[in-house]
Amino acid sequence: MPAVENTIVICAGGACISAGEISVKESLESTLKEYALDEVVQVVETGCMGACDLGPIMVIYPEGIFYQKLNSENVKKIVEEHLLKGRVVKEFLYTGPAGEVKEKPQEELPFFKKQVKIATRNLGVVDPLSIEEYIARDGYFALTKVIKELSPDKVIEELKKSGLRGRGGAGFPTGLKWEFAKKAESNVKYVICNADEGDPGAFMDRAILEGDPHTVVEAMTIAAYTIGATKGFIYVRAEYPLAIERFSHALETAREYGFLGNNILGTDFSFDIEVRIGAGAFVCGEETALINSIEGKRGIPRVKPPYPAQKGLWNKPTLINNVETYANIPPIILHGGDWFSQFGVEGSRGTKVFALAGKVNNTGLVEVPMGITLRELIYEIGGGVPGGKKLKAVQTGGPSGGCIPEKHIDTPITYDTLKELGTIIGSGGMIVMDEDDCMVDVAKFFLEFTVEESCGQCTPCRDGTKRMLEILERITDGEGTEEDLEKLKELGEHIMKTSLCGLGQTAPQPVLSTMRYFWDEYEAHVKEKRCPAKKCKELTRIVIDKEKCVGCTACARVCPVDAISGSVRNPHEIDSEICTRCGSCLEVCRFGAISKVSP
Amino acid sequence: MSFEEVKNTVKKIYEQVKSENLEERDNLINILHAIQEHYGNYIPLEAAEVLKELTGRPLSEIYEVLTFYTMFSTDKRGKYIIRVCKSLPCHVTGGAAVLKSLKDVLGIDYGQTTEDGLFTLEESSCLGLCGVSPVMLINDEAYGNLTPEKVRKIIEEIKEKERSGVK
Ligand SMILES: Cc1cc2nc3c(=O)[nH]c(=O)nc-3n(C[C@H](O)[C@H](O)[C@H](O)COP(=O)(O)O)c2cc1C
Ligand code: SF4
Ligand code: SF4
Ligand code: FES
Ligand code: FES
Repeated sequence: MPAVENTIVICAGGACISAGEISVKESLESTLKEYALDEVVQVVETGCMGACDLGPIMVIYPEGIFYQKLNSENVKKIVEEHLLKGRVVKEFLYTGPAGEVKEKPQEELPFFKKQVKIATRNLGVVDPLSIEEYIARDGYFALTKVIKELSPDKVIEELKKSGLRGRGGAGFPTGLKWEFAKKAESNVKYVICNADEGDPGAFMDRAILEGDPHTVVEAMTIAAYTIGATKGFIYVRAEYPLAIERFSHALETAREYGFLGNNILGTDFSFDIEVRIGAGAFVCGEETALINSIEGKRGIPRVKPPYPAQKGLWNKPTLINNVETYANIPPIILHGGDWFSQFGVEGSRGTKVFALAGKVNNTGLVEVPMGITLRELIYEIGGGVPGGKKLKAVQTGGPSGGCIPEKHIDTPITYDTLKELGTIIGSGGMIVMDEDDCMVDVAKFFLEFTVEESCGQCTPCRDGTKRMLEILERITDGEGTEEDLEKLKELGEHIMKTSLCGLGQTAPQPVLSTMRYFWDEYEAHVKEKRCPAKKCKELTRIVIDKEKCVGCTACARVCPVDAISGSVRNPHEIDSEICTRCGSCLEVCRFGAISKVSP
Repeated sequence: MSFEEVKNTVKKIYEQVKSENLEERDNLINILHAIQEHYGNYIPLEAAEVLKELTGRPLSEIYEVLTFYTMFSTDKRGKYIIRVCKSLPCHVTGGAAVLKSLKDVLGIDYGQTTEDGLFTLEESSCLGLCGVSPVMLINDEAYGNLTPEKVRKIIEEIKEKERSGVK
């Protein structure tokens, strides 16, 4: 067989697949065959490379040339030019927001260079369907070390030293949690992985399961050995079919290799994992609701205490951790707790995976040391806000969190600093908003989410959030009063104090936080019936500037409700009564004659 | 479809799922998923009756579970279930326009099924693909970087596929 000359690594993460990766790969493989290159060029599929907005992506090695936004046509051209003639195809290379072209952005761009990858160390590197590749990257070495050399107490000691805190939202120290579960007395214990990832804007758990499923299998097995469990469950949301498929495949191969099942690595330690699937209820991400769901019941939260470590699944001691938390465990075992804690800052050790989404140039996943500032994250790594717009705020922690306004973007990101700012790190979703986003609208948006997702068990959460939403709707419709603003605050504080689970206890956060930083925006809606961001439909109108309009009729033709009148070469006019503020006309006017106004 | 048929089918699925599980205790959620998949996107009400016998749980409890989870439906739904993401990252990157165009091409609102029985439109919270927002899921397949034009094209392609009878 001829030696392999090139390896093409192609991203088969969920986002790239949704952008057309499958047809790109098929076209790549058939073109390689056509030119008889299929024996000297190896094609490898990996998990998410992090830069999802550039997808589908492939990197050609040994040089490491990075091609982006591929389709079945341009990939043919790359084979013909790059592989056959040795000429890099410039037009499909990475092109930055300012038009700069880079052949090897992975070595050049801060987006890649500033990352410290621990939990995501194998993403975009290994083939998630190959256990051999995982092993070649020190996979299952940590498990072997634990079983052959370390006592459970030593594992816990390393975890405590590492300073690792839960990445699922609550930030509870992982070492301590494992210690509680180990100390609980029972002959039956369980290990659970929480892969219900429901936080809007967070997608690191999905990427880890799809791109490096073995790391979670290995970590759960280490956890079972440490606390003395024989059975484990992973609860994955049904919206993640690819993650379920790849994780299930990892379980099978791990069993074949003796890393899972009976008599692991020839010892008398046995442990196995089963996949359970969610069914579209956000509240099931809460650990006790999740436990109820695994038991085949409605996913409603239980009263805590008792905590799962004492009484969890079928009332047995249960250790439950998040996907990303688990993904950090094997490297901590291999390199030691001290190694992990050198990253990050006091109280927030190690790295954190953040998902950049919304109005930011480089959307995707990045893993960086804790304590990095928001400015570095949004501007250096994220490449800033698109279209030269002004950054307004960043929403963190999803529906349980709050926003960080632009003026605080030099704050280092840690559990404590974000708490002071009235928000949380949560699971690491960062939704970037610019000047066009209305903060009252954003708050309303999260409240809609909570109202829908409340399990209905507690009255304040079920009815109180509905009341808050009604008030917010009045405000964005221009019918809010100053009393409403007071009422919102009161209601919010009451719901937080009296709800049973984290959902209700944090649901008012997005409202209270936007009120704290954007009070003037709330006041403008209420007192002046004005939406400063010109987002709230009832408070904005779309108008045509008669001076600028040349009468090209383009707008009248796109308007779906025929709200625009006027004859050719004469100024046009919008009838506000008919206009639905869909904004279609704004996009087609090439003369800048149409604009939004809020009185 | 007779009660006998449902009974036999549900029983078979129940045994099948159980045999694949490590845990012997019943696993209602996975079983319901399997039943729903078998009947093509819905769970016949009679199934609850059968599950009562099989699991020994009260009927009320089974109904509770059936209605709690938004992904389960006891009404017949379309062959293609479209789940549009309506979470913030998709919203701030043009999700509203995408949703509108979907409603327009399909001629239905949330929770409705097209007359030809092909499409059911549902909303979903974040699908974890915010890097390529706005996003929708059609059955198990995800589509990202949506625009109103792209949406129209995707729906047309499915309709075309159905018309020409390709599976
Ligand atoms: C409403 C609600 C939703 C939650 N959703 C998730 C989730 O999707 N994934 C997750 O890991 N933790 C979620 N949590 C946190 C879990 O209850 C729990 O703290 C976590 O799984 C513990 O793991 P960790 O210590 O590794 O973070 C949620 C909590 C609440 C209150
Ligand atoms: S706070 Fe809300 S979601 Fe949590 S248990 Fe109460 S009603 Fe259910
Ligand atoms: S598109 Fe602009 S220039 Fe043309 S008719 Fe409309 S407002 Fe006037
Ligand atoms: S899925 Fe390909 S880069 Fe994220
Ligand atoms: S917000 Fe739509 S996929 Fe995440």
